[in-house]
Amino acid sequence: MIKKLFNFKGGLRLTGHKAASTQHPVMPAKLPSIIILPLNQHIGVPAEPIVSVGQHVLKGQKIAKATDYVSAPIHASTSGYIRHIGPHAIPHPSGLQATCITLEPDGEDQWTDLQNHAHDYTNMDPSALRNLIRDAGIVGLGGAGFPSFIKLNPGPGRTIDTLILNGAECEPYITCDDMLMRERADEIVAGLMILRYALQASHCIIAIEDNKPQAISAVEQAINKLNVPDTQLAIVPTRYPAGGEKQLIYTITGKEVPKNGLPIHVGVVCQNVGTTAAIYRAINHGEPLVSRYMTIAGDIDKPCNLEVLLGTPVTELIEQCQGNIETLDRIIMGGPMMGFALPNLTSPVIKTTNCVTVANKNSDKFQHKKPMMPCIRCGSCADVCPVNLLPQQLYWHASAKELDKTQAFNLFDCIECGCCDYVCPSHIPLVQYYRYAKAEIWQREKETQKSNIARERFEFREKRLAREKAEREARLKKKKEAALKTAESPPQEDSKPTVDPKQAAILAALERTKTKQTTQKVQPKNIDNLTDEQKQMIAEIDARRTQQRQQSTVASKTASPPANTARRETHSE
Amino acid sequence: MALYTPSSPHIHAPSSVNKMMLTVVLALVPGCLLYVILFGWGIIIHMSLAVVTALAIEALMLKLRGRPIILFVSDGSAIVTGLLLALSIPPIAPWWITVIGISFAIIIAKHLYGGLGFNPFNPAMIGYVVLLISFPLEMSTWPQPEALSHIHLDFLSAAQLVFNAETLQNINLDALSGATPLDYLKSQLGLQFTVDEVINSHPIFHSTAGIWMNIAFLAGGGWLLYKKVINWHIPAAMLGSLFILSVVFYLFDPERFASPWFHLFNGATMLGAFFIATDPVSAATTNNGRLIYGIGIGILIFIIRTWGGYPDGVAFAVLLMNICAPTIDHYTKSRVFGHPDK
Repeated sequence: MIKKLFNFKGGLRLTGHKAASTQHPVMPAKLPSIIILPLNQHIGVPAEPIVSVGQHVLKGQKIAKATDYVSAPIHASTSGYIRHIGPHAIPHPSGLQATCITLEPDGEDQWTDLQNHAHDYTNMDPSALRNLIRDAGIVGLGGAGFPSFIKLNPGPGRTIDTLILNGAECEPYITCDDMLMRERADEIVAGLMILRYALQASHCIIAIEDNKPQAISAVEQAINKLNVPDTQLAIVPTRYPAGGEKQLIYTITGKEVPKNGLPIHVGVVCQNVGTTAAIYRAINHGEPLVSRYMTIAGDIDKPCNLEVLLGTPVTELIEQCQGNIETLDRIIMGGPMMGFALPNLTSPVIKTTNCVTVANKNSDKFQHKKPMMPCIRCGSCADVCPVNLLPQQLYWHASAKELDKTQAFNLFDCIECGCCDYVCPSHIPLVQYYRYAKAEIWQREKETQKSNIARERFEFREKRLAREKAEREARLKKKKEAALKTAESPPQEDSKPTVDPKQAAILAALERTKTKQTTQKVQPKNIDNLTDEQKQMIAEIDARRTQQRQQSTVASKTASPPANTARRETHSE
Repeated sequence: MALYTPSSPHIHAPSSVNKMMLTVVLALVPGCLLYVILFGWGIIIHMSLAVVTALAIEALMLKLRGRPIILFVSDGSAIVTGLLLALSIPPIAPWWITVIGISFAIIIAKHLYGGLGFNPFNPAMIGYVVLLISFPLEMSTWPQPEALSHIHLDFLSAAQLVFNAETLQNINLDALSGATPLDYLKSQLGLQFTVDEVINSHPIFHSTAGIWMNIAFLAGGGWLLYKKVINWHIPAAMLGSLFILSVVFYLFDPERFASPWFHLFNGATMLGAFFIATDPVSAATTNNGRLIYGIGIGILIFIIRTWGGYPDGVAFAVLLMNICAPTIDHYTKSRVFGHPDK
C-alpha cells in the first residue's frame, strides 16, 4: 500500500450519499423493450452502421464500424431486429438528435460466437492486443469516453512507469465502480495485467477513495490471490475531485500533468476500473462492450446499481427502481457535480453513462438555482479550485465577453469540476460562464480558420491574376515592339524584301523539300503494300491518338482554364 | 413534460451572501455588548439609526437604479456597512453625523459605483473619512469610559444626547468626553514628553476599556475565521506587520514610540483587522495579494499613528490599500496546476 500521498490544492468534502445504492448486489436490469444505440458514444468520429433495417442481429455482433483512428465500433447489446437507423434523442445537453441504431430485442439475448484470447495475449504484439480492445468497442467508462486503445499506445520512445487504475469515484451518489470493485475485483486485477502487458508498464497502482473499505479489501484480496507483482493499492482521501485524472496522478505520484499535456508526458497512464474490467471481458471472454454497471440514485425509492445493456432507455431504468416519471424535475446523467441534465425523457444509456441521478420536483437535495447576486470577491471559489485558477476573474471576463482575458487567466485549464460554483455565496453559475466562454472561443477559432483559408485562396487568386496580367502585358509589349520594328525599318533598306523571319524560314523549308522531292524523286515506301492486319493496326492507333488528343483537350479545359492556357501560351512562345 | 436543465453542478453549498453578512453581524455582538457596558447606550442608538438609514437609502437607490429591491436589501450588506460606520463614530455624536455618513457611504461609495460587489472602496470607511474631514469636532468628541467619567448613559439620556444635545440638562458633555489614549499619546509625544511620562500622566491609560474592546473584536474575528467567512491572510498580515514595525521602533527608542501591545490593543486595530480590512469587495483577493494588502495596511496604520495628522489611521490605511488592490491582484496570480514556475 502506498503511504506517501500528495495533497492537491482545493477540492471539497462532499456528502457522499453512497450508502443507499450499495445495499444490494448488482442485478442485471430487465431486458428493455427497445434499445437505442447512438453512433457516437465516445470522443471522436461517429461509427458507421454496417447493418440494415429489418436485419436480425445477435448479442455482441458488430453493427457499426469505427471510421477513423479516434473512433469506436458499436455492438448489438442483445439479439433482435434492427428497426430503424436515423435521428433519435441522445444523452447530450444540447438536446439535439443524432443518428442511432434502434434495435428491437427478440427476448432471446443470444450471444454471437465469441473468441477468447485468454491464453495467448502475452504472445501477442501489444498492437494486436490494442486492435482487439479497439474491436471490442471499449472506451473510457469513467465518463470521458476516450477510445481506450489509444491510451494504451504510448507512442515510440515513450516508456510508461506507472499504470494507475482509477477507482476513486469521488462524485456523490455514484457507486458503480465501488460495486464493481467489490464484486469483480478479480476481473479488474486480471484486466490490469492485460493493460500492463500492453503498456509494458513497470509498476501499477490501484487508487481507491478511503470511503470504500469493502472495495479496498476486495481488491487487496484479488491482488494477493492473483499474485500480481509490483502492484500497490493507494487509498486516497475522500475529497472531490480526487478522481479527476490529473488530481489523482498528482495525489499518487506528486507529478503535475503539464498544461496542454497528457498523463503519458509524465510517464503515467490512467484507466478507470470499469474500463479495465471491460478489457478483461474482451480479451478473456471475447465479449465486446455491450453492458455496464451503473448507478440509479437520487430522489427514488430504491437507489441501486444495475448491470445495464447499452442503449436501454433511461426512463425504463428509473421505473425499474421505482422512481416516478410523473414527478421528475430533472434527470442528471452522471453525478450532481459534473453530470448534465437530460433535455428529454427518451435518451438511452450509452457507454459513458455511469450514473443517472434523479431529482424530483421540490427536491431538498437538488434545489433549483437561486437568484444570482453580484460577485462580492470573497475568493471562496479560488480557495476550492483544484487547478489553482482565479474563478472570479474568469467569471468577470467571461461575463464581459473579454475572451482573450479569459484565456490569459487560463480558462482552458478549467476542468469544470464545479467546486467554485458549489461554494459561491452569490449563486453565480460559474461553470456555465466558463462553458459559454470556451464554446465561444472554439467557435471563433473555427471561424478564424475558415476565414484564413478563404483569405489564402483569395490572395492566391489575386497573385495568379496579377501574374497573368503581367504575362499578357509582356506579350503585348513584345508584339508591339515587333510591329514597331517593322514599321520603323528604314525605307532605304527596301532593296531587300521585308519578310518576316518566320515566314522566311518556312519558305526556305518548303524550298528544301521541293528540291529534295524533285532531286530524289523517291516516294515513301513504308506504307506501301500493307497487309490488312497492318492497316487495321494503323487505323486503331490513329483512332487511339485522336481519342487521346480529344481527352487531353477536354481535361485541360476543365482544370482551371486560365492557369492552363497561360502555361500553354508560355510554352508556345 | 418539460425537464429542468440547468448547468452543472446540481447541488450547492448552503452559503449565501446574506448568511455571510449575518455571520459578520453576529461576530460584532460581543464587541457591541462590551461597548454598551463600558461606554453606555449611545452606540446602540447610533447603530439602530445607521441600520435604518442604510436600509432606507439602499432601498431608495435600488429603486432609482431599477434593481430588485427585496433581493438586494435582504443581502445584509447595507446592515454591515451601517454597523461598521456606527462603530467608527463617537457614540455621543449628534444623530445627523450618522445619517450624513451613511448616506454618503451608501449613495456615493456604493451605488454610484454599481452597488454590491462593485465598490472599489470600503463604503463604511469612505463615510467615516468624509465625516472626519467635514466635522472634526463632532468626530473627535469621544466619551470616556463610564468607569472614569462616573456618568452612566442610560438609553433615554443617550437618546436625548444624540438627538438633541442642547436640551440635555443633567449631563455635562465636557465631563462625559475625553481624549482617547491614541489621541492623548500623540498630542503629548508632540510636546516632547516620553511615552512613560504620558502614560503615567493621564487616567485614561489606567483604564482597560479600549483593550477589552479590542479583545472582544478579536474574539468576534476569531469566530469569523472559524466560520470561514474571512481568511486568515489579511488580519494576520496586518496585525503582524503592525506588531513587527512597532517592535522595531519600540526597541529603537522606547521613549518616543509606544509599545507593540499598545498599538495592537488600542484604537480600531482589531475591528479594522477582522471586520474592515477583510471586506472582500474592496480587498485583494489572491492569497499572496491578501498578505501584501494586509501588510500594507499594518504599515500605514503605524505610519499614520506615529507621524500622521490623525490619532488613528485604520480608515485611511484601508482606503489607501483599496486603491492598490487591483494592482496587487494582478501581480500575485498564483501558479496554475501543471504550469511551469514563473
